[in-house]
Amino acid sequence: MKEKLEDIRREALSELNAAADTQSVEGVRIKYLGKKGALTAVLKQMGTLSGEERPVMGQLANEVREALTAALAKRQSELEAELLEARLVSETLDVTIPGKRPALGHKHPMTIALDELKDIFIGMGFAIADGPEIELASYNFTKLNTAEGHPAREWGDTFYMAEDSSVLLRTQTSPMQIRVMEAQAPPIRIIAPGRVYRKDEVDATHSPMFHQVEGLVVDKGITMADLKGTLNQFVEKLYGKGTKTRFRPHHFPFTEPSCEVDVLCHGCGGAGCRICKDEGWIELLGAGMVHPKVLSGCGIDTEVYSGFAFGIGVERMAMQRFEITDLRLIFENDVRFLAQF
Amino acid sequence: MKCSRNWLKEFVDIHADDKAYAEAMTLSGSKVEGTVSPAAEIKNVVVGYVAAMEPHPDSDHMFVCRVDVGGHTVQVVTGAQNVKLGDYVPTALHGSVLPGGVHIETGVLRGVESCGMLCSLKELGLTTHDFPYAIEDGIFILNDDPDLAADGFTTGAEIASVLGLDDCTVEFEITPNRPDCLSVIGLARESAATFDVPLTLHTPAVKGCGGNITELLDIEIEDPTLCPRYTARMVRNVKIAPSPKWMRERLRACGVRPINNIVDITNYVMLEYGQPMHAFDFSCVEGGQIIVRTAREGETIETLDGNVRTLTPSMLCICDAKKPVGVAGVMGGANSEIVGDTAMVVFESATFHGVSIRRTATALGMRTDASSRYEKGLDPMNTYNGVQRACELVELLG
Repeated sequence: MKEKLEDIRREALSELNAAADTQSVEGVRIKYLGKKGALTAVLKQMGTLSGEERPVMGQLANEVREALTAALAKRQSELEAELLEARLVSETLDVTIPGKRPALGHKHPMTIALDELKDIFIGMGFAIADGPEIELASYNFTKLNTAEGHPAREWGDTFYMAEDSSVLLRTQTSPMQIRVMEAQAPPIRIIAPGRVYRKDEVDATHSPMFHQVEGLVVDKGITMADLKGTLNQFVEKLYGKGTKTRFRPHHFPFTEPSCEVDVLCHGCGGAGCRICKDEGWIELLGAGMVHPKVLSGCGIDTEVYSGFAFGIGVERMAMQRFEITDLRLIFENDVRFLAQF
Repeated sequence: MKCSRNWLKEFVDIHADDKAYAEAMTLSGSKVEGTVSPAAEIKNVVVGYVAAMEPHPDSDHMFVCRVDVGGHTVQVVTGAQNVKLGDYVPTALHGSVLPGGVHIETGVLRGVESCGMLCSLKELGLTTHDFPYAIEDGIFILNDDPDLAADGFTTGAEIASVLGLDDCTVEFEITPNRPDCLSVIGLARESAATFDVPLTLHTPAVKGCGGNITELLDIEIEDPTLCPRYTARMVRNVKIAPSPKWMRERLRACGVRPINNIVDITNYVMLEYGQPMHAFDFSCVEGGQIIVRTAREGETIETLDGNVRTLTPSMLCICDAKKPVGVAGVMGGANSEIVGDTAMVVFESATFHGVSIRRTATALGMRTDASSRYEKGLDPMNTYNGVQRACELVELLG
């Protein structure tokens, strides 16, 4: 048995010296010290030895095991050191490179335009009203004096969400006029910015989803003069003092009288150019005195109160302001485009 | 709505230039989208008289003409074969401009100097619809046109005014609440109010030829909601021919293609009164009956544009005893079209339910000048004026 132990020690140590990588070292460990290893096998035979031999052999066996364990650990760490050395040589790491900055987001041009409009009207004492984009047809049309059979109500123009045409994606922010008037007694002075939807083919100036800012003022003694004063003030805040406007008669079902507001073309000063398509004026928004039918439909006494309303197309304004020639750019969200704002 | 300023002058006397007129109308609610003056595209083109003509010495098909252009003559080489000695022709002089920005200058054609060009209809931006007596592929021989010849020719006169191109077409954007403004009279009324000048209206007067229409034609309206009023008048012994120059000029200025005297009259009345009209050949109306009814399931009709349309029971039709002869308020049927040998004409002047007409036009994919007026809801009181005016024009045109 003694020879056996010495053999094990010798063979194991030589194999260990020959081991070229950590895997072979592990192999040696298993071969000699593992559960079915050579040394373990020897130790299992200890029971067959006599009382005198057992402590002697036991001591020897322990020595062999300790020697092997120590040698294994040593070889292992030697190999690991070699491996590390090799990796250090093959992989260079420049610890002086600065860290990567996470890309910072910023405001979308539509948000910039909307924020600017909101700021101007908040500065003039308007509150902001928010409402649903999925709207009842009665709010989007009927209560806005837009009768059954009106072309805007056709399925070809509006996204309906119910077979009976009672629920739809709002086609304008004007239903907010009704929602506000139903919820609140005059005096009312609100704007309602938001998304609206129409079945328009996508092109350079059309999108099935776009933004409007609705405005509504209802109080005692509100006149067209208030409408003109408010909107002129707004235009001056937006385009600078002295910007000329003109109020052109128009027609909307829910205002009477109605007008469209044009600003003098900034490109040519009214002489006519490419920007204003030779008209000299650029259409900015639609407005008018709230139709008495709309007021009384919301329970407001038209003998006491009157009001004006307006609706601004935000995309058109943003496109002019940022000189964007194609509406699609605004919604495609190409970061190379958005990064310019 | 395109409107001729020359036509407006018949009802209202306004001296503002085109730009001032456009601005004032825009600010009074009839927004002007733009103005176009066909004469502005033609410069230095005059009436010429072919005083001498000989074959080109070095060409087997060209001619060298001496053209009197008012006080002096110029030498012009032409390759056209239809010019004769003594013809009056549109002559583009050296330094002239033709529609499309074409500049004409003196040049040499096979060794012979040519100080201008004799023009065809096309070179003047016109078609044989505008001048039906002229030919498509040749010089526009002015004296072949009886209307032009009747006025006589002055050599050297600006061709634009001779041809009635010295007009201004104003394109209005009319809001949907003002279908009355989709007419020359409506816009004249707006113009008169805007410029604070009197409006001179005319009441159509028809001499008539006696006879009682009810002996020939019976009209039945099945659904008075869809057709509140149907007015008709008949004309006997018509002779289909081109309409006169003044009428063609006005139609053209308003963007409507002249066709023949009867069809032109219906378009003329529609433009003038805003009352869509339809004319059909009485010989094609079976049973002496006009029935305004909705279509039966599966009925079809070939419309004037040559397409066969399948009708549905929601569509209102003008029918005779057996078949539809027109899609009400949208387009007439080919089966009762005014043709060269039409002798008896029925003029229809009616009002229809706007929403119904709009839906029919949308469903058939044919929004016409008539349907786009009807869909906004027209005044039923206007139908009589329309039909009277049509008959008055028939008498005027002879």
